[in-house]
Amino acid sequence: MTLSSRLIACLDVADGRVVKGINFKNLQDAGDPVMLAKKYNQEGIDELVFLDISASTENRNPIFDVIERTADEVFIPLTVGGGVSSVNHVDQLLRAGADKISINTAAIKNPNLIAEIGDRFGAQVIVLSIDTKRSANCKSGFELTTHGGKNSTAIDLLDWVSQSTKMGIGEILLNSIDFDGTKKGFDLELIKLVTQVCDSPVIASGGAGEVNDFPAAISAGADAVLAASIFHFNEVTINEAKKAMSAVTSIRF
Amino acid sequence: MTKPAVVVLDYGSGNIRSAQRALERAGAEVTVSSDLKVCANAAGLVVPGVGAFDHCVAAVKKLKADVMIERRLIAQQAVLGICVGMQMMFSQGVEGAVESDGLGQWDGVVTRLNATKLPHMGWNTVEAPGGSKLFEKLNGANFYFVHSYAATAIKTDLSNPIKPPIVSLTNYQGRFISAIENGPLSAVQFHPEKSGDAGIGLLQNWIGQL
Repeated sequence: MTLSSRLIACLDVADGRVVKGINFKNLQDAGDPVMLAKKYNQEGIDELVFLDISASTENRNPIFDVIERTADEVFIPLTVGGGVSSVNHVDQLLRAGADKISINTAAIKNPNLIAEIGDRFGAQVIVLSIDTKRSANCKSGFELTTHGGKNSTAIDLLDWVSQSTKMGIGEILLNSIDFDGTKKGFDLELIKLVTQVCDSPVIASGGAGEVNDFPAAISAGADAVLAASIFHFNEVTINEAKKAMSAVTSIRF
Repeated sequence: MTKPAVVVLDYGSGNIRSAQRALERAGAEVTVSSDLKVCANAAGLVVPGVGAFDHCVAAVKKLKADVMIERRLIAQQAVLGICVGMQMMFSQGVEGAVESDGLGQWDGVVTRLNATKLPHMGWNTVEAPGGSKLFEKLNGANFYFVHSYAATAIKTDLSNPIKPPIVSLTNYQGRFISAIENGPLSAVQFHPEKSGDAGIGLLQNWIGQL
């Protein structure tokens, strides 16, 4: 046996509730995050990601309560992201019970933040979240974006992957803005492009629409696959996704 | 029945709250403390650890917790090291160009894993030999790992009348030591507190021996 490929459920949380929309628009209520976390854990999810899309990132933000209550009952790795912008903020989230934090825009604005977080807590706590979309202006064909894909940066995706992994990160959460919410499957071209050059683990995100999309992403090179609404709305169960993945990789059941 | 008293050593490293919650779930009465007297009197002591080997060893030594750990082991009181809390029990750690001394309970060197992708992050299985108590009824179970360093060998003195350690291995492009059971001193490279039911089961197996 060897390392299993991971299946990760993402819960977008706004003001203490799970929400889901396409490209961060038309948000629908998808339930209580702690209840969903417990349900997915029982069904065999390997990790959970809470993405806080509330406006506030202050300590009284309900996300802290969500993390604490989840970590009291669910003994699997918890990643929390959304607006993480300082070492102090990371410290608060880890103290609440997060094992890893995901950073995105703040790391692009200030790449030194990666080193600062790594020095204090170890690089393994850093999940570098990358929102990327196709662009003719970048050599690799993909450009780095911020604010859920709305804002362009003109930074080449592969330049950012190279720069950030050199500074020391745990893994990359690779989100395809072109495919997010479309349900047409993961962005296999993007997964291949990044995993061929990256020596950190890569989580594929964006586009899961049916059960066979999961093994396809693993075969393209992803170390882990992440999905949200497809699980929240019971279109595919955790077990169905894992069974499909087990045809191409080793899986924890 | 009273619950066994377990103390999680707080020296400023490790996901201590998760360890506390998981040990409680596994049936222990848990205290988090940096007070050496509290640690010395516990039925079981857990030594967590994340981050750099040399930082963790320095923090433990600064507290003089290394002396407390040594005294516990001489008195046959149980100690469980987790992740870097396991690594620091070896005699030496090598990270980059930095070679630093560990607590020296075991003769071995902690080095960077020889793998194309690091950290070794995710769920993996453990090959435990017969006689392992930690992995009893956990045959084939997956545990959650996050690390780039590990020991791959431990020197044992066969002329020593004390029983040799029970060494379990995990494969990640080559085998490394993922758990050791050595009289009162046990240690695991993975995170039982983050390994779901299997992790709780392993902690129950440890607590059951206290």
